[in-house]
Amino acid sequence: MSGVEGYMYPNEVTLYWSVLIVLYPYITGLVAGAFILASLVRVFRVQAVAPTYRLALLTALSFLLVAPLPLQFHLGHPERSPEMYFTPHATSAMAMFGYVYLWYLMAVLVFEIWLDYRREIVLRSQQSKGLLRLVYKVMTLGSNNISERSLHIDEKVGWIVTLVGIPSAFLLHGYVGFIFGSIKANPWWSSPLMPVVFIFSAMVSGIAGVMLLYMALTKLRKQAIDIRCVDTIAMYMFYIFIIDFSLEMLDLVHRIYEADESFRSLNFMVHTKLYFSQIVLQIVVGTLVPLVLLFLTQVVKLAEIARKRIYVLSGSLILISVFAMRWNVVIGGQLFSKSFLGYTTYKVDLVTKEGLLVAIGFIILPLVFLWALVKLLPPWPPQSKHQTASGD
Amino acid sequence: MSGLKDAGHLFRFLGLFVIAFLVFWLIRGYVVPKSFGEYGHYRGAAITDIANHPVKFAGHQACEQCHTDIADTKTKGAHAHVNCEACHGALAQHANDPTSMTPVKPDSAVLCARCHTASAAKPKGFPQVDIADHSNGLPCATCHNPHSPVIGSDAKTTDAASATAATGGAK
Ligand code: HEC
Ligand code: HEC
Ligand code: HEC
Ligand code: HEC
Repeated sequence: MSGVEGYMYPNEVTLYWSVLIVLYPYITGLVAGAFILASLVRVFRVQAVAPTYRLALLTALSFLLVAPLPLQFHLGHPERSPEMYFTPHATSAMAMFGYVYLWYLMAVLVFEIWLDYRREIVLRSQQSKGLLRLVYKVMTLGSNNISERSLHIDEKVGWIVTLVGIPSAFLLHGYVGFIFGSIKANPWWSSPLMPVVFIFSAMVSGIAGVMLLYMALTKLRKQAIDIRCVDTIAMYMFYIFIIDFSLEMLDLVHRIYEADESFRSLNFMVHTKLYFSQIVLQIVVGTLVPLVLLFLTQVVKLAEIARKRIYVLSGSLILISVFAMRWNVVIGGQLFSKSFLGYTTYKVDLVTKEGLLVAIGFIILPLVFLWALVKLLPPWPPQSKHQTASGD
Repeated sequence: MSGLKDAGHLFRFLGLFVIAFLVFWLIRGYVVPKSFGEYGHYRGAAITDIANHPVKFAGHQACEQCHTDIADTKTKGAHAHVNCEACHGALAQHANDPTSMTPVKPDSAVLCARCHTASAAKPKGFPQVDIADHSNGLPCATCHNPHSPVIGSDAKTTDAASATAATGGAK
């Protein structure tokens, strides 16, 4: 059989979880990470990163809207998927976390964004014209109360929402790792560290994503990038990345030390089929290089322009690395036989329902949503550059 | 009281939730089958639905009542424990009324390979052959009697069998 080496059981020859299933944890990860960045401002009071607060929330929302789409495209009968909500089974991780998704979308993200933007929404509903006016009117939910007191209440409630949002974000993304980590039949996945590793890599990727978006959008608007802000973001990104990397190495070392019956097979795979995506892309190019670069920015006094370039470079590498990590987990877990005697190959389709074009579409789609959201709810303060997120 | 007034918009958002929940509940009541949950986490009516499926397999006892000759051959051969319909396919309709349909004879070149193709995943003791090598492309029934496949075990083996086997077509 083409692409098969050694012995595969018949049901292992073709991979059922395609590149779209790689995309799913990647996108939810970006959501969770972006939200954590926002919470830095709101809950942990890191005022330096305030310029990205609203952008982070809008980014999280636009990616969250796209997150379930890869799953829908993967399903043979997507019209049946709502049954998961209608008749949920308590032992179904997918059903339970379906609710977490809804909760996170509506009660956390949309609510927090609404609270934060309420004053602008009300003002715009009075100033804009035509259809836009109607849109803003609907968004006010019919309440024009933007008195000092009501905004103060919003501020308080928003803080609570963010506080609740942090565990929700962890739960939302932790479950993606949980779903893989709990598959005990697959030694590549089955590990209680999986959700934890997923969460930390999610934070890194989300923070990198928002940082890059912030820098790109600011450039597009021909404004000055707030260097204090990106410095701080990069610092957090660096620290969290170190934790993430240590956890992944811990997992690796643990596997090597434990060397259970799957080890020879998995080890072989890492040295052959996954060599490029795991060793080269994920670990060397995507992790060690940005770690060294970010480390330099922390210890050496570099010029502003150099720092910015390093941030852009390492941010991009991190995004690639985390994608590679998802790829290695999802695709890697299906390349070897449960008999440990053979390996198969995954070839990405191009134009099928689960092909490369669709995958690229799902990467672009959130950016389109973000563009629309940014148009509707500009995340920048009108003119003044330094403004705390809570100030409006 | 003014505190409540200033928090009024929050209740509007809450109202959104309540409405969404009501809509959800309404749709749910409409789409979830009535008998869902009657016995367990599934549609209760599914049981009668499934019970009403027409029976497709007759079982070997049925076949043996009419095809006594074949049944006799088979019980003495190596395929004694392979069910008639494992090879012939579901034939309840034929067993109920033989004249209503005449079953097609299975093509042994395809049929036998389904079980006897050599593969590392099969237990060592199971008879398996490398099909291309073993049969030279001939249908297996040329040499083997499907109902008593061990060559020489059954006098009534197809005529061609003894001839071809003797020429060393097989190994
Ligand atoms: C009620 C008696 C009866 C039962 C039960 C019965 N058959 Fe038959 N079968 C016949 C008759 C009679 C014929 C010949 C019909 C014809 O030639 O049209 C026949 C023909 C066949 C043929 C085709 C023979 C040929 O020369 O092409 C096959 C194969 C066959 N039966 C298999 C089975 C199997 C398998 C079963 C069990 C599921 C079965 N039969 C049950 C009476 C029966
Ligand atoms: C191992 C597979 C296998 C099993 C088990 C099997 N058959 Fe057959 N049967 C065949 C094949 C193959 C043929 C066609 C032979 C040929 O092409 O000459 C056949 C032919 C027949 C025929 C046509 C007449 C003939 O002798 O060629 C009848 C009737 C029949 N089978 C009935 C039965 C009955 C009844 C049973 C169960 C007692 C049974 N078979 C079990 C494979 C099987
Ligand atoms: C549904 C699966 C199945 C099909 C189809 C099947 N067989 Fe068999 N065959 C068996 C089983 C089971 C045995 C018994 C194995 C044992 O004794 O351990 C067997 C035994 C045999 C043996 C005896 C081998 C030995 O040395 O003991 C031969 C020869 C054989 N089959 C040939 C055939 C031929 C020829 C066909 C096609 C007409 C055929 N088989 C179709 C399952 C099948
Ligand atoms: C040219 C005649 C011929 C044909 C055609 C033929 N066989 Fe055989 N087969 C034999 C002979 C002769 C033996 C006995 C060899 C032995 O016992 O060493 C045999 C033995 C077998 C055995 C038993 C092997 C074992 O290890 O016990 C199986 C199984 C078998 N054949 C399956 C098939 C299948 C399946 C086909 C069709 C693809 C087929 N045969 C076609 C002649 C034939």
